[in-house]
Amino acid sequence: MTQPHARATTVSAIALAVAGALVLSSCSTPQAEAQPGLTDDSIKIGTHQPLTGPAAASYAPISAATAAYFDYVNAEGGINGRTIDYIVKDDGYNPANTQTVVRELVLEDEVFAILGGLGTPTHSSVLDFLNDNGVPDLFVSSGSSAWNQPEKYPGTFGFQADYVTEGMVLGQYISEEFDGKKVCLFGQDDEFGTDMQAGLEKVLGADGLAEVQTYSVSNQDVAAQIVALQSAGCEVNVLATITGFTALAIGTAAQLKYFPQWVSSSSGADYGPLSGYLGEAAPLLLEGFVSDNYLPSATEDDNKWIELFKQVNDEYNDGADFTGSVVYGMAMGYLFAEALLAAGEQPTREGLIAAVQSGELKGSGLVPLGFSEDNHSGYLGAGITVVHDGVQAAIDKRWVRDGDKVVVYDKPPVELLSGGIPS
Amino acid sequence: MTPIQRWGATAGILVLAIAATFVLDPYRNYLLAMTAAYVCATSGLSLLVGRTGQLSLGHAAFMAAGAYAFALTSNALAEADAPGPVHLLVPFLAAVVVASVVGLIVGVAGARLHGPYLAGLTLALVIALPAIASTFGGLFGGDAGLYVSVERRPDWLSTVIATEQWQAWVGLIVAAIVFGALAQLVRSPSAIRMQAVRDDESAARLSGIDPVRVRVGMFGISAAAAGLGGGVLAYVTQAVSPGAYSLTFSLFLLVAVVIGGVGTLAGAVWGAIVIVLVPEITTAITEALPLPAELSQRLDGNLAIVVFGVILVVVMLAAPQGIHGAVAALTGRLRRRRPRTAPPAPTT
Amino acid sequence: MSTVLLLLGAGLARGAVFALFALALVLIWRATRIANFAQGAMSVAAAYLAYLVLVGTGSFALAIVTVLVVGAAIGFGMERGLMRFVPSRSPLNSIIVAIGAVMVLTGLLGILFGADYKPVSVPFSREPIMIGELAIVSPYTLFVFVVVAVVVAGIALLFTRTSLGLAMRASAFDDEVARLNGVRVSRMRTLGWMLSAAVGGLAVLLAVPTELGLSPHSGDLLFVNAFTVAIIGGLDSPVGAVIAGLLIGVLLTVVTTLWGATVGPIAILVLLVVVLLVRPQGIFSLRKARLA
Repeated sequence: MTQPHARATTVSAIALAVAGALVLSSCSTPQAEAQPGLTDDSIKIGTHQPLTGPAAASYAPISAATAAYFDYVNAEGGINGRTIDYIVKDDGYNPANTQTVVRELVLEDEVFAILGGLGTPTHSSVLDFLNDNGVPDLFVSSGSSAWNQPEKYPGTFGFQADYVTEGMVLGQYISEEFDGKKVCLFGQDDEFGTDMQAGLEKVLGADGLAEVQTYSVSNQDVAAQIVALQSAGCEVNVLATITGFTALAIGTAAQLKYFPQWVSSSSGADYGPLSGYLGEAAPLLLEGFVSDNYLPSATEDDNKWIELFKQVNDEYNDGADFTGSVVYGMAMGYLFAEALLAAGEQPTREGLIAAVQSGELKGSGLVPLGFSEDNHSGYLGAGITVVHDGVQAAIDKRWVRDGDKVVVYDKPPVELLSGGIPS
Repeated sequence: MTPIQRWGATAGILVLAIAATFVLDPYRNYLLAMTAAYVCATSGLSLLVGRTGQLSLGHAAFMAAGAYAFALTSNALAEADAPGPVHLLVPFLAAVVVASVVGLIVGVAGARLHGPYLAGLTLALVIALPAIASTFGGLFGGDAGLYVSVERRPDWLSTVIATEQWQAWVGLIVAAIVFGALAQLVRSPSAIRMQAVRDDESAARLSGIDPVRVRVGMFGISAAAAGLGGGVLAYVTQAVSPGAYSLTFSLFLLVAVVIGGVGTLAGAVWGAIVIVLVPEITTAITEALPLPAELSQRLDGNLAIVVFGVILVVVMLAAPQGIHGAVAALTGRLRRRRPRTAPPAPTT
Repeated sequence: MSTVLLLLGAGLARGAVFALFALALVLIWRATRIANFAQGAMSVAAAYLAYLVLVGTGSFALAIVTVLVVGAAIGFGMERGLMRFVPSRSPLNSIIVAIGAVMVLTGLLGILFGADYKPVSVPFSREPIMIGELAIVSPYTLFVFVVVAVVVAGIALLFTRTSLGLAMRASAFDDEVARLNGVRVSRMRTLGWMLSAAVGGLAVLLAVPTELGLSPHSGDLLFVNAFTVAIIGGLDSPVGAVIAGLLIGVLLTVVTTLWGATVGPIAILVLLVVVLLVRPQGIFSLRKARLA
């Protein structure tokens, strides 16, 4: 019975080739436009976010908040008469998917720029592609230092205080408040953990950390590491953890009757989600919880930015839970609006990049931004927050990085002007 | 067809495919490159499942083995400033060697047994992949994975074709080599041996065929093919991470094989196209529907999984020969319309 | 010392959950000669519904009842609605169809509930009971032991002391003879699936409180671990499943304590490879595995 089989194979092959070519070329090759994604009254930007998968719970609200902020801006007339069309694509925190969705955004949707791509491993995989294609890659949502390479990646800019800086700020606070205590680190088994460690050691010294333990996102059992920290007698534990694992660490330690001082990076310190994970015991377990932040805290009701963001959240975000992620998302939206305004009436991709590099952008944070021609990193430092009675509030301590040390920063934080829309 | 003719046919299809890259836009060329990578894996898997009855639920792990080998080799060669062709070709060699070795080990452990043991073993392998990447994090880069420095499109071509087109060429050529080699296998004595083992193991053994050797051999070959597919993925995406070679992806490969027509090479190609196109279609659907943002996010990705699951079940129950079987039935029916030649003389 | 006891307790608790899940696998294998690769997804689906009940009523007891009932219903649906139509020519067919069911279930759970972790809280404290300076097991761990022991004993009694159990064993062993003796074989098969899915769902519900929470993929790792346990104990042996489960739970805890949590899945893989190479029929099984 080989004859029909061979014939079928031949027919298959030919049908395959024809069908394949037809289907794959069903959309005509688009003309390369001078400024893709830009019309007289709108501008199209895109982002890749973990909307599904293990990172989703902590970070999915960010893009929703940014979208809400843009809705607010658009309702008030947009920037220079253009509405902002913000496309969010899911990569599930998987670099392989990031490759695909970013190519979709740039080659299919033809976005003008990419805003706030989230995740270190995910975004690293698209740096070459974005810069090769001249796409402005603004305000990456990650604390890696990889976004600050102006020579290699001229179109890429950071946003957060990078992990090394965070480590230095936290280290400084620890050396002042917890002098003499044994300090240890529990960090993610990648750049997040190693950069925080580097920052801490810059301030506390090469032997400042008594014990370092790591975890991997794919494995939720951290009992062994916590036991190790407990056995080493750690009194102050710095956490370079994403929110879920901050909760795991604190919760596991509590079960072991181990209650050290917890000091966390901003990436995993959002009080709202944390208390969701920890349940009823949250206020007790998180009492005295220290973290750093370069943006105002979500629970600071008397901060004008927070007031505005809450209003926008209620009106344009279906009154979603108001957490640090929402503040983050809206602050990023505001920064983009500032950059777009600075790029002028007829923005170009190069013009947008130049606008960011000019250093004129103020942002909405507690510390200044570092953008210049030689520096593509975002916030230069951070302040400290402490949790008391279930409220996470900033205390009056801020530092910015100066080379290998941090210096006190005491200028007032950026003021809210013109209803939160740059003009 | 003689072996030369078969290679000729494969080369002919390759030329057609490369011609197609000139009319496709960059995004579709990228998809074509991905499809080529999947074809490497699915063609090996199709033969493995269909001809030797071994179910590999974790085939992505062999792609991963190839991809990591590719990445480490390519990065090392980049540091050593190796010449262009070496930097392009040697990593693929590394990919196929490493993947074969891993495949042989797993094959030896599981191929001797009947039933679900091998399936469970490959499942354990693909689930352990993130753990392996993290435990040897210094080498494999943990969950974040590795960036791959590849040999890019040669400068003299930079005015003629785009990067994506070049990537598609690399993928298509590798896929053609894998496809061509397996097409030879399918018409070789090895295939007859596999058939014998499949039909009646005891009889095969009596004829001097070692079923274990046949099974393990095919397992190694399919792993090698998958490894080359992983190498292409590493080349095109310039990244390798455990998340790209997940259990879900392994199951997609299985879906591709079954939908296309298990046991056939043409089926493997159909299947690869299906698993690339269906997610594109479901994404287009979810974006077009006027849904609240959160539901839309949840549908994205998950809808494709549900669709594949349903197709898998339906195909297994109703049309086990898959797309290729349907095509064969169609051509068989066409053939029967022509006047029949004299019936063959009856055998005793 | 206290740490050792704590870890031992945690290991045994984890092992107990493995044992339960492996028992579910063994049940289906004995009843139908099918290795149920959909076990994880079916159990997680049942657990999600139990989670809804827990969140709605706050009663963990009600959640347990729910998971058993819903699990049984899912098992019924799978067997009657799907698995019985699979051509039994090749054992691969049922595995592939089961995988299809896994994909549908996992995808639907992702669509309906989202991919984020749903924390499951239990009414038992997870802090260890102290005897003097020694921290022994936590009340929750004890609860898990009790539940698993009850279920295992119940199933053992069912199979060895009741006529229903005898009928089930007969149908699996030789369905022709069983039919001749008046046993409704297809009904026994369905019952096997129902029992297995209910038990699997319970295992997931017990395991989840110790992790971040319930997610559509919670079943994957649990399935692989339980599958390994079932193989090591011997797919035919319920006793083997239980003993192997406990041993592997402790082994896993020891390994992760010594070398870090990441090593866990690798240890399982290595263990599986070794057992398959050396004694494929499992440690406790009396039958020889069918070799190639």
